[in-house]
Amino acid sequence: MDRTWLHKLASPPHFYRIAGRLAPWLGWPALALILIGLYGGLVLAPADHQQGEGFRILYVHAPSAWLSMLVYATLALASGIGLIWRIKLAHAVALAAAPIGAWFTFVALATGSLWGKPMWGTWWVWDARLTAELILLFLYLGFLALHGAIDDTGRADRAAAVLALVGVINLPVIHYSVYWWNTLHQGATITKLGKPSITFDMLWPLLVMLTGFTLCFAALLTRRVQAEILRRERDAAWLRAELAR
Amino acid sequence: MTPRHRRMVGVAAILAGVGAAALLARLAFEENLLYFFSPSQIAAGEAPVERKFRVGGLVTPGSVQRDPGSLTVRFVVTDNRHSIPVRYSGVLPDLFKEGKGVVANGRLDGQGGFVAEEVLAKHDENYMPPEVADSMHPPQPGGGGG
Repeated sequence: MDRTWLHKLASPPHFYRIAGRLAPWLGWPALALILIGLYGGLVLAPADHQQGEGFRILYVHAPSAWLSMLVYATLALASGIGLIWRIKLAHAVALAAAPIGAWFTFVALATGSLWGKPMWGTWWVWDARLTAELILLFLYLGFLALHGAIDDTGRADRAAAVLALVGVINLPVIHYSVYWWNTLHQGATITKLGKPSITFDMLWPLLVMLTGFTLCFAALLTRRVQAEILRRERDAAWLRAELAR
Repeated sequence: MTPRHRRMVGVAAILAGVGAAALLARLAFEENLLYFFSPSQIAAGEAPVERKFRVGGLVTPGSVQRDPGSLTVRFVVTDNRHSIPVRYSGVLPDLFKEGKGVVANGRLDGQGGFVAEEVLAKHDENYMPPEVADSMHPPQPGGGGG
């Protein structure tokens, strides 16, 4: 099998150029989809039979929560690839993804709290779903702190990657917490087998928002990986040639 | 080849070890991770008698009685097999409705009832406009309706 393209992709100069070309094609559609999704969710979708207008926070909460887990999966996958194949670029991707994931996790927790007060009657409960999501935030922060605490980039990459792999176990715990244990948080609406338990006029803005948020993550990641490559390769000859172009 | 395979085994070992640890932790802390007990679990004597805990279930339709002149409210929480009467003084969340989910924090009163200090509403994962909800469950007079 010809793996030249793979090796080429893993080389910082090549990835730097591809990421630069890709970023606008991810960023602009992301912005458009988020604007469409927000209009659909906040204006076009009907109010909920139980929660009234308040359920609309779902359109920010659910995509953020989804991204908080997708980003972690990306981070852990990149860390695993970096550890096994010693690909420095993979570690750069993991490090670039971590702050994005931490912010999505924070937004999921904050919007969930704002939603919980009027609907459940409380800002926060220590049920399995909420606690596992809070642990996810600590995993992101721990990953960043551990990476920052070690001066040598290679050693920092490997140490943080091991932590990232250990934290992977939290992802199934977050997803299945609402089925394994009695929780105050309700079960999944669309990521369950069978028919989504939401009518189509409320569902489509959610799907648009999910796609928009995912593209937004991809756009942020390409730009952040570029920045990380600039930092790591600051003395490289190719970079001087690239920037002089 | 060999060092890379060794690293692959290392990564697999981390994942397997953490997975096993999580499984054991889940078995060991099964009860502590329960946010609430169902009326059936209380009937079976699984809930702690001497300390506070939470009971969760559905509010039995027609069971809500408000004390005129005070915030005290009585209702029955059921899981459709067993049920338990709950007494509570305070403000109820907006989503508190007969036939809907509820989680009450408090303790047993020793006479088969439950005294709640806090009542939270537990809503389900179904979202639909009121018209759709009405067509599925026509609103009943006096009941919680859709």
